[in-house]
Amino acid sequence: MRSCREITALVSQGLDKKLSLGEHLAISLHVLLCSRCRNFQSQTQFIRKAAQRYTEHMQNRSSKKP
Amino acid sequence: MLLKAGAEAPTQLTEALLAAHRPVLFRYALLQLRDNELADDAVQETLLAAWQAASNFEGKAGLRTWLIGILKHKIADHWRHSAREVVSLEVDFTDNDEDDFFMNNGHWNGGPNTWNDPEAALKQQEFWGIYETCQNNLPPRMAQVFMLRELVGLEANEVCRETGLSDANYWVLMHRARLRLRECLEIRWFNQSKAKKGKHHA
Repeated sequence: MRSCREITALVSQGLDKKLSLGEHLAISLHVLLCSRCRNFQSQTQFIRKAAQRYTEHMQNRSSKKP
Repeated sequence: MLLKAGAEAPTQLTEALLAAHRPVLFRYALLQLRDNELADDAVQETLLAAWQAASNFEGKAGLRTWLIGILKHKIADHWRHSAREVVSLEVDFTDNDEDDFFMNNGHWNGGPNTWNDPEAALKQQEFWGIYETCQNNLPPRMAQVFMLRELVGLEANEVCRETGLSDANYWVLMHRARLRLRECLEIRWFNQSKAKKGKHHA
């Protein structure tokens, strides 16, 4: 069984590239039992969303400059 | 407007094709220049230069890579004129700061708690102050990689090309950036809002 350290690294990579089926399975099984890694998974997705929203904010803000 | 008399581009490089890359180029420029108008100018100049030099485009590196290359020159010109120093960004990969997040056996040291209604945070003005603080707290090189990926929207391999990072180092940096951001948001926002409603530290 892979450790939380390894699983979170995979979760992170999964946001930037396609994972193998085996890697997907390893993550799914792990987060079924581990709430912290499950939280990490949903929170990194949230961070992605926040970053995109932040970009929109940044564009609006700088267009309001005198 | 992009068309200059006499400028003739190969048929495969059309104005529409160039314009399709405008949003990414704009975000890239905005990130560096922090000013809508300057960013817009830089992108405009880039597209114009690209159009005029279209015959030099060999298609090997990919259109977006080529355009970003031109844009970088435009941004560098801007810095040169405004005499601001460009900081070189070094990173020390021997410094393993994941150790702060995990114990020797690979289990979390502390680690992610459940966040109460993250969607609601997105709608709160105060949250964005916290988000910005957390993002600014990342070490410079890590912040650069994170922003190129998540704010500008480049693909991982494009970020590597931009920054000269190897694949392996990219994964390490991105992962650390996410671990750090996550923890920062948890400490400064999500735990705070649980403890005392409505009061947050900047």
